Amino acid sequence: MTAASPTVDEVRPRPAEAITGWARRNAWTLGLIAFFFVLLAFTRMIQPTYGVTGVQGLAISVLPLALAAVAQAVIVIAGGIDLSIGAMMALTSVVSATLMMGKPEEFGFVVVVVVLLLGLLLGAVNGSLVVITRVPDIIVTLAMSFVWAGSALLVLRTPGGGSAKWLRDLVLGSFGNEWIPKAFVVLFVVVAVIWLPIRRSRLGLSLYAIGSHQLAAFRSGVSVGRTKIIAYALGGLFAALAGLSLTASTGIGTPVPGPYTLLSVAAVVLGGVSLAGGRGGLVGPIVAVVVLSLIRTDMTFLKLNTNLATVAQGVILIAVVMFGTLIQFRRERA
Amino acid sequence: MTAVDTSPVRNPYLTAAGWRRLFRDRPMVPLLILLGLLVVASEVARPGIVSLNWAATILRAAVPLAILAGCQTIAMLTGGIDLSVGAVGSMTGFVLATLVGGPGLAAGLAIAIVIAALAGLVTGIGVGVFRVHPLIMTLGMSLVVLGLANVWQIVMVQTGGGVPPSLRTLGTGTLLGIIPYSFAVFVPVAALILLGLRRTGYGRMLYAVGDNPVAARLSGARAWQVLLVLYVISAILAALAGFLISGLTNVASVTLADSYVLPSVAAAVIGGTSIMGGRGGYGGTIVGALILTVISALLTSLGYPEAVRQVLYGSIIVIVAAAYTRVTGET
Repeated sequence: MTAASPTVDEVRPRPAEAITGWARRNAWTLGLIAFFFVLLAFTRMIQPTYGVTGVQGLAISVLPLALAAVAQAVIVIAGGIDLSIGAMMALTSVVSATLMMGKPEEFGFVVVVVVLLLGLLLGAVNGSLVVITRVPDIIVTLAMSFVWAGSALLVLRTPGGGSAKWLRDLVLGSFGNEWIPKAFVVLFVVVAVIWLPIRRSRLGLSLYAIGSHQLAAFRSGVSVGRTKIIAYALGGLFAALAGLSLTASTGIGTPVPGPYTLLSVAAVVLGGVSLAGGRGGLVGPIVAVVVLSLIRTDMTFLKLNTNLATVAQGVILIAVVMFGTLIQFRRERA
Repeated sequence: MTAVDTSPVRNPYLTAAGWRRLFRDRPMVPLLILLGLLVVASEVARPGIVSLNWAATILRAAVPLAILAGCQTIAMLTGGIDLSVGAVGSMTGFVLATLVGGPGLAAGLAIAIVIAALAGLVTGIGVGVFRVHPLIMTLGMSLVVLGLANVWQIVMVQTGGGVPPSLRTLGTGTLLGIIPYSFAVFVPVAALILLGLRRTGYGRMLYAVGDNPVAARLSGARAWQVLLVLYVISAILAALAGFLISGLTNVASVTLADSYVLPSVAAAVIGGTSIMGGRGGYGGTIVGALILTVISALLTSLGYPEAVRQVLYGSIIVIVAAAYTRVTGET
């Protein structure tokens, strides 16, 4: 409720205080990263052969879901939700695969630009419909997921198409040190290039503001409708990147949406972004996706039924949210 | 549902504001008009298609959707949503098919319903006691149920099983060519929900908790108990729908009912139930389910490919929901 107090005194904290304050604000993400390394060590322990190839495989397999989680996170931070992310990924993936099929390598650059613009457009359509119709976002994006998935089927009936070789090389293999997979580098570069300038700008502040308290943001002069449309458009852009990464990692386009929408919501919550909006960042969801994927890998190493990994994902999701609520209760009591 | 009174004094429904009030007070009227228009459109598009047989097919297909949309309606009245109906419904249909060869039909039905109720209980505890967001809780629950159903599938791979014949009759048969046998399940369920929401204290409490949780708490409603019972009821309804779907399609798989989840939410929304809670009812939802089924049949009869059907289906849901919000002036 204190999202927009009219006068914020500019007090520069001392460096030590700044660091502890930063750590406290990002405690959840830091904890997740620590947990990731513990999990990695555990993986090495139960499967000593898990090494470079394992990390490479992990990076490539998490790339689409990580980008989907980023897309969802941007929208959730702005107080919305988009249940059509999986469908947008399918549509952008088949469009890119169809356009690149049998074309020269250089044409791939044009395709990438076109597909990214398409993603922005799809997201902007979602956002505009949410703003103009005033129908709850869950309903609008649910209905639009049919529209985008149907369009994907119109573009390509069955899995097919192709991918430019440079695009595939972009995510396969390693960068410099063999322990640093290219897919991770691509992920972080892409997210940083798009998100950091926005986060630092007036727009980034507006995104958090409308997610935190829409009325307060409106009264402080934020154009709520426009900012919301931009949030959805950004989500569409990241969904298009996720779709491109699907094309790049598989070499073809698949018109049927994968389980990405629901998993992206799960990853966002696990990554410390509040579903109520206005809180959290993009690093948390990415780390959450990697952790979830590594847990699945570990369960196969432990010779457990992989279906139990699905159960584990559900249990972890519920447990984390319950844990969060309990902490909130205790804070309120204290 | 002919609410328009034609008294000689100035009819309040003839002005624009009057129409708006009519739509808001009696959402069934525009919905039934829309349904009628769609039936006429089906007849115009394919002359001669609207027959007893067509009606029976529509009703048969609409019954499971209407039951699942009932789950969404009662959940949405409290401001929630139940995305686990797909996983729970598929699971019960599948469990029944694997048990029917061994313990028998009656035992299979009982076991499947008990498992569903347990899943609902866990969801209810999460939402009611731990106040987990219903979207997250039911999403997590559907992952858990799906995973466990998959494990069960691998365990039970040797038993043949299959959809029991009696369930197939229940799902596909019709009385006198028009009344589906599945009405034997649907009519009691619908009566229970309709009367339960209007006439019982529990039904009013669902509205109260969704409309204003604080006021509901201050007037003595224990929200956690209301929510707990709600999600158990929802899971049992999903189980019944799961049986009917596997009987209707003669398939038992762990993802059978998944394709019903989004339409079930859409049917409740089109029927005038607000996802924000506190407003709506089951009557509109039933008509909403019929509307969606007729649209789907109309698009199929026009020979559109699956892709076009999906696009039109999604667009229609957005348009109807937008028109609804615009007319009633509420969100």
